Amino acid sequence: MPEPEKSEPIALLAVGPSPHLARSDDTQRIMLSVVIALVPAIAASIVFFGFDSIRVLALTIAACVVFEKVFLKLFKNEGRIDDWSAVVTGILLAFNLPASSPWWLILTGSLVAMLLGKHIYGGLGHNPFNPALIARIFLLISWPTCMTSFPKTRFMADGISSATPLGILKTDGLAKLQASLGGSPFNLALGNVPGSLGEISALAIFIGALYLFYKGYIRWHIPAAFIGTVFAFTGIFYLAQPETYASPVFHVFAGGLFLGAFFMATDMVTTPITSAGMLLFGFGCGLITSVIRLWGGYPEGVAFSILIMNAFTPLIDRYVKPARFGKIKSRKP
Amino acid sequence: MAHLVRSSKTFYGGVHPAEYKGASEHLPIEILPLPHKVVLPLSQHLGAPSAPCVKVSDTVKTGQKIADAAGFISVPLHASITGTVTAIGAFPHPNGRRMEAIVIEGNGTDEKEPAMSMHDPLSLDNSPLKQAVIAAGIVGLGGAAFPTHVKLSPPKEKTLDLLIINGCECEPYLTCDNRIMIEQADRIVEGIRLLKKILCLKKAVVGIENNKPEAAQSLAKASAADPEISVIVIKTKYPQGGEKQLIKSLTGREVPPPPALPMDAGVVVHNVATCIAVRDAVVDGTPCYQRVLTVSGDAIATPKNLLVRNGTLLSDIIAFCGGTAPNLKKVVIGGPMMGIAAVTIDVPVLKATSGLLFLSEKCAISYAESSCIRCGSCVRACPMGLAPSTLCGLVKKRRWDSLKEEGALECIECGSCAYSCPARIPLVQYIKIGKAELNARARKK
Repeated sequence: MPEPEKSEPIALLAVGPSPHLARSDDTQRIMLSVVIALVPAIAASIVFFGFDSIRVLALTIAACVVFEKVFLKLFKNEGRIDDWSAVVTGILLAFNLPASSPWWLILTGSLVAMLLGKHIYGGLGHNPFNPALIARIFLLISWPTCMTSFPKTRFMADGISSATPLGILKTDGLAKLQASLGGSPFNLALGNVPGSLGEISALAIFIGALYLFYKGYIRWHIPAAFIGTVFAFTGIFYLAQPETYASPVFHVFAGGLFLGAFFMATDMVTTPITSAGMLLFGFGCGLITSVIRLWGGYPEGVAFSILIMNAFTPLIDRYVKPARFGKIKSRKP
Repeated sequence: MAHLVRSSKTFYGGVHPAEYKGASEHLPIEILPLPHKVVLPLSQHLGAPSAPCVKVSDTVKTGQKIADAAGFISVPLHASITGTVTAIGAFPHPNGRRMEAIVIEGNGTDEKEPAMSMHDPLSLDNSPLKQAVIAAGIVGLGGAAFPTHVKLSPPKEKTLDLLIINGCECEPYLTCDNRIMIEQADRIVEGIRLLKKILCLKKAVVGIENNKPEAAQSLAKASAADPEISVIVIKTKYPQGGEKQLIKSLTGREVPPPPALPMDAGVVVHNVATCIAVRDAVVDGTPCYQRVLTVSGDAIATPKNLLVRNGTLLSDIIAFCGGTAPNLKKVVIGGPMMGIAAVTIDVPVLKATSGLLFLSEKCAISYAESSCIRCGSCVRACPMGLAPSTLCGLVKKRRWDSLKEEGALECIECGSCAYSCPARIPLVQYIKIGKAELNARARKK
């Protein structure tokens, strides 16, 4: 066999598997977009709760980022601190806290979110449950008083703590609720009601979510199925017994439904990957939320419903699969 | 049948990468001067490598057969220049390995092997036409390099009703098919009519993406005389030129999972460049020893569409295109979605090489793989309806049986999943590894 020709490399060429192109959005950019999409709701919380809101947000974000850094190092995780995911968790956790939260509650919540919610499973992408919601539920069952006494917004008559509309409905009934809302449905949609930091303004949340829809980072399936199911389920009972049950419009705008449906139930990591799976997930969330709100021990069920459905996500992904090409029978020529 | 039709029907999934065709889509085809030396690998096609029928120091003429087909799924190989065989041995192949090849050093002339041309081939019987295709060593020139005559030999039990011609050229950067459709539409149409004749089919449709209006017009005009050929303009979406995707877009039919073939959906698909090769083989008796390819990218001085001889070394093409920029980082043989990154520029172009891309550091970014965030982008991008992230996970866990159940063998390796992945996971690469393992296991049994 002849001597193979000697090749003189003119320069070292980069090699790698195809494709040699990639779309521009990476994980970092997606997470940053979620932060941007949360800005309207942040603004609304500052309008309604003033400096307290800034205090809670700043402390939660800082704590989450610091804990993220610590656990990345501790668990020798190669994940990046600058992927913005800890900031997203921080904002979402702050949104689930009352504006009056003490510093130790915030630090505990941040620790739980980052450790028990995320890093114990291996960090970004591996956690089965939404980290911010894990922390919210942990705090709710550990310090129920802290987590259910909400300061009134700056535009309400007196500055003392009060219950949320859903809380009033659960403990005092429909008549009290109607009296407390003063017959104005706009307060509820705008967010001028007692509640946790980021959940109160459905409008601000929706504006932010529109940005994520525009970017294609969230899809309509889960929010539509979630909110639609709550509306339909509570609507049926309202039509049957309007004197006992609150209207479906109230249920859609009250509590954390918008925040949950648009920003927590759409968390990519903890929700199904197929469109049909997403619809199923949203339907399950809506059903559980409605059942808890109407008959459960807690006034609000959004956080529980999302965590429960998170647990079903692997099962949904296992059985709800994309339609494979070629399964449709070809027309015989 | 309407002649030039627009259709909004398309396949599920796919991606929309930037096209990068502007640099070369308006450039007429130029002819690369005869190279001094060509390296002709015996394995340029899917199937058994050709068997050499010349020996070192033999003199050969352009178009002379230098290697025989080694079986049914194989093709002969022809000298692409006139000169002397100087070596038969292992040389760098575009696939990154050293592969057996025949080296010819040219004597500066281009003396053609006498060829048998056919007059009025459409009046002839099928079999001499097919023999001409077999003798010419034609493979699918769209990139897959599957021996063309195999696709012209449907088993008796398969009934075909449509010939599909692939003019999609859905890979970014590539414009060679666009140029031949604009400049050589008459030859393409001649080829289509010969293919119809060989396959005993009446109807043919040409599918062209809507980013090539000039090519569509040109083909519609050239085929106006044949009412059984129509041109359908379809959506620009990668991988529209994938065989199964194109069939779906044009006919609504889905080819069943492997081992089924397009024939099982009643169609045969050939690329526009293959049509020209068939025409040249039958009408002129010219074998497959040259082709048009696109030279592009931001690190080549002058992008071109070039007619090149088989086996021409990349270095000769680079020199003709004015050289590469100092910041050249990556050389891709083929398109950017499915092409192979070259290890060296001392490799030859093959029959199915449709493009050479010279990319600078700016375009040839290498990404670090991070954790899957389960965003589902790959699931929505997969044109085969698979879940690439799931397949990737199964490969990593070496769960081969589950991998097969989840349809890994149906993957067409188009790369849409990896393109769309925000965590920069080379998904298609993992799936290819898994497929190789599954195929190796199947062979062992």
